[in-house]
Amino acid sequence: MPPEAQGNMMSGAEMIIRALKEQGVDTIFGYPGGAVLPIYDALFKQNHIRHILVRQEGGAVHAAEGYARSTGKPGVVLVTSGPGATNAVTGLVDALMDSIPIVCITGQVPTHLIGSDAFQEADTVGITRPATKHNYLVKNVADVGRVMHEAFYVATNGRPGPVVIDMPKDIQVETGVYTGSPKTKHRSYQPQLKGDLGAIRQAVELIASARRPVFYTGGGVINSGPNASQLLREFVRMTGFPITTTLMGLGSYPASDPQWLGMLGMHGTYEANLAMHDCDVMINIGARFDDRITGRLNAFSPDSKKIHVDIDRSSINKNVHADVAIVGDAGHVLEDMIKVWKAGVHRPDKQAIADWWKQIDQWRGKDCLKYEPSKDVIMPQYALQRLHALTKHLKPYFTTEVGQHQMWAAQFIGFEEPNHWMTSGGLGTMGYGLPAAVGVQIAHPNALVIDVAGEASTMMNIQEFSTAVQHDAPIKVFILNNEYMGMVRQWQQISYEGRYSHSYSDSLPDFVKLAEAMHGVGLRCTKPDEVDGVIEEMMAIRKPVIVDCQVAKLENCFPMVPSGAAHNEILLNARDAGLERADDLALV
Amino acid sequence: MRPQLPIERHTMAVLVDNEAGVLARVIGLFSGRGYNIESLTVAEVNHAEGLSRITVVTRGTPPVIEQIKAQLERLIPVHKVSDLTVEGPAVERELALVKVAALGDPRVESLRLADAFRARVLDTTTDSFTFEITGSSEKIDAFVELMKPLGLVDVSRTGVVAIKRGAGGM
Repeated sequence: MPPEAQGNMMSGAEMIIRALKEQGVDTIFGYPGGAVLPIYDALFKQNHIRHILVRQEGGAVHAAEGYARSTGKPGVVLVTSGPGATNAVTGLVDALMDSIPIVCITGQVPTHLIGSDAFQEADTVGITRPATKHNYLVKNVADVGRVMHEAFYVATNGRPGPVVIDMPKDIQVETGVYTGSPKTKHRSYQPQLKGDLGAIRQAVELIASARRPVFYTGGGVINSGPNASQLLREFVRMTGFPITTTLMGLGSYPASDPQWLGMLGMHGTYEANLAMHDCDVMINIGARFDDRITGRLNAFSPDSKKIHVDIDRSSINKNVHADVAIVGDAGHVLEDMIKVWKAGVHRPDKQAIADWWKQIDQWRGKDCLKYEPSKDVIMPQYALQRLHALTKHLKPYFTTEVGQHQMWAAQFIGFEEPNHWMTSGGLGTMGYGLPAAVGVQIAHPNALVIDVAGEASTMMNIQEFSTAVQHDAPIKVFILNNEYMGMVRQWQQISYEGRYSHSYSDSLPDFVKLAEAMHGVGLRCTKPDEVDGVIEEMMAIRKPVIVDCQVAKLENCFPMVPSGAAHNEILLNARDAGLERADDLALV
Repeated sequence: MRPQLPIERHTMAVLVDNEAGVLARVIGLFSGRGYNIESLTVAEVNHAEGLSRITVVTRGTPPVIEQIKAQLERLIPVHKVSDLTVEGPAVERELALVKVAALGDPRVESLRLADAFRARVLDTTTDSFTFEITGSSEKIDAFVELMKPLGLVDVSRTGVVAIKRGAGGM
C-alpha cells in the first residue's frame, strides 16, 4: 500500500464523518437505529459535528429544511433503515417540491441481507426514487467518500433538492481507502447557470417596451443566494415596475417597498392578481406557474407576453407557454439583464407606466386584506399584525404550518429580507413548521424564531417540541387556535354547503399545560387586549414557548381565487363568496 | 377551449450512466408523470465509459413531448437526450423472433412469406419454424398478422432501436 493511502484507510462510517467535515457540515439532524449504529459510534468519537436528536425522523428532515433555508447551506439528515427511512419520505418530497438542498443518509441492512425481507429492511432507493432529486445505494466501501461529495454537489447545484444515500451496515464497518474531495462533481450533471445572452437581450427589449408590466418572482431568487435578491431589487427599481412574489419568494423583495404588490395567487392580494391578469408583459424570475398561482390556465393572464427565467428547463412551457425562455440561475440572469439594460437606451413609456400605476392604485384602494375587527374575540389577522409589529425590529425568522394561518402569515407579516420565511409551499405539509423552527433556531441560536401555527398542524409534529427543549432551541410556537382545520372548514363552507366533515379539532390538549409538561412555557390569550402582553412575554422567555392564541373560530381567509377560477374572479370577502359573515353563522 | 393538439409519435435516444436503478428512474418518470411508453430498449453501448443507450418511443402532444425531453434531461445520470423524430432523419429498426407451428400447406406458406419478408429461419423442427425478422415496427406487425392463421405460437420483439442518419452523433 502506498504510504499516502495509509492515512486514508478508515471504516465507511469514518469516511462519512470525514466527508461531512470536508463539506463544512457543523450540524446534522437524526435518529439512531440498528442499521446506523456504526455511524453513530463514529459520531460519538468526534467533536466537529453537532448531532440534533429529533423525536421522529420526519422531524429531522423538516428541521434540516429549516436549517437549509435560513442559512443557504445544505441540511443534513441521518436516519436508520426501514421505518427510519420511510418516516423521512414526507420531508424528502417536501424538499423536492420546494427545491431545498438536503443530504439524507439512511442506514440499510447489510448487503448480503438486501432483498431477504430482513428486519427493518425497506427498498429505500426504490421508495425514495421519485421523492428525491437523486439517490444512491452504496455497495462498495471505496465509493463512500466520492458518493458523499457527489451527493452534496447534486443537492446544491442547479435546482437544489434532496439526495438520499442508502448505506448498508457492512459498508459502514468495512475499511477502505478514502477518496473524493469537496471539489467532486458529477460527470454528467452540469447545470447551466448563465442564461443565453440573446434571449436575455430579447427579454430586456420586451421589458423596455412594456406598457403594463409586472414582475412575478419566486423561490428561485432566494435559492440563488442573497445577491440575487439584491440584484432583483436593483433591477425592479431601475424599471419602476410593479412586482409581486409567490409564497416561496417572500422576502426576496422588501414588503415595505411601494413597488411591491404583495403576494399573488389563491390567497394573494387583489392588486397582485389583477395586475397579473391585465399585464402586457410578465417577467417571471424563478417561479414555476404553479396551479395555486395561475388559477384556471386558459384564463391566466390572457393578453401578456411572458418572460420565464428558470434554472430548471422542465419548468419552462410546463404549465404556461413562455414567449421568451431563459434557462439559468436567477442571480446570473438578473446580473446580465441589468448589464444589458444599462448598456442600451431603455426608457419605458413613462405615460403608459404612470397610467398602469394609476390602475394599480385603484385596485389597491380596495384594501383587500381588510377584515372586520372585533373587541371581543381575537381576529387571527389582528394577532399576526401585532406579532409583526412587536417583533419586526428583531428581524425574526418565521416558519409556518399549513392552512389558513399560513396564508394569513404570508399576507400580514411583511418580509424585508430573504431566508427569513420558511413555509411548506409545494407539498403543503402540515407539521412542517415546528421542526423547521427547531432547525432554524439551531442555525441561529440568538435569533427570534417563530412558528406561526394552527392547532391541528401543531398536533402533527408536537413531539419535536421536546427536541427544542433538549437542544435549548427557544422556538416560539404561536398557535392561532380556532379549533378547526380552518382551511378545510373554509372550503367545506364555500364549496360543500357547510357540511363540516371531520374538520373540527376535537379533544384538543390544553396547550399551556402541554408546553409545561414538555418542560417549555405555555402562554394563552383569549381577548384582543391580551395579545400584546402575551407576545411581549413570549419574546422575553429564553425557552421554547407555545402560545395558545384563541382566535375567532369561523373567520375565512380572503382574498380567495377559488380553485379553477380566473384571477379576475377573485373573491374579496364572505359576501363575494355567497356567505354571510362567517361568525354570524354561529355554528359553535 | 384551446383546439385539440395532435398526438405525435416520437423516438428518443437517451444516453445514460450504466448504473443500478437508471432504467427504473426513466420508467418511473414516465409512469409518475403519466407519459406513454410505446417501446423501450436498453443496452450498454460503451463499456469503457459505462454508458447505456435507451431508445424510447412515446406518444403525446407537442408540449408533452417537449416536457418528456426536458424531464429526461434533468435526471442526474442522463448525459444526453436526442429527439430523433425532430432532430432526424433517423433510421429505426426492430428485431423479432416469430415461432410458427404448422404442417403441410401452412408450413410451406409460412416459409414462402418469410422469404418475401426477408426473415431468416433461426430454428426448425419437423413441425415448427422460428423466424428472425428485422425491420420497421410496421413490417413486423404485418408479418406477425400473416403468421397468425398459419399457426403462430409466440412472438418476442426487441422494441425499437434508432440512430441518426449521416455522419453526426446520436
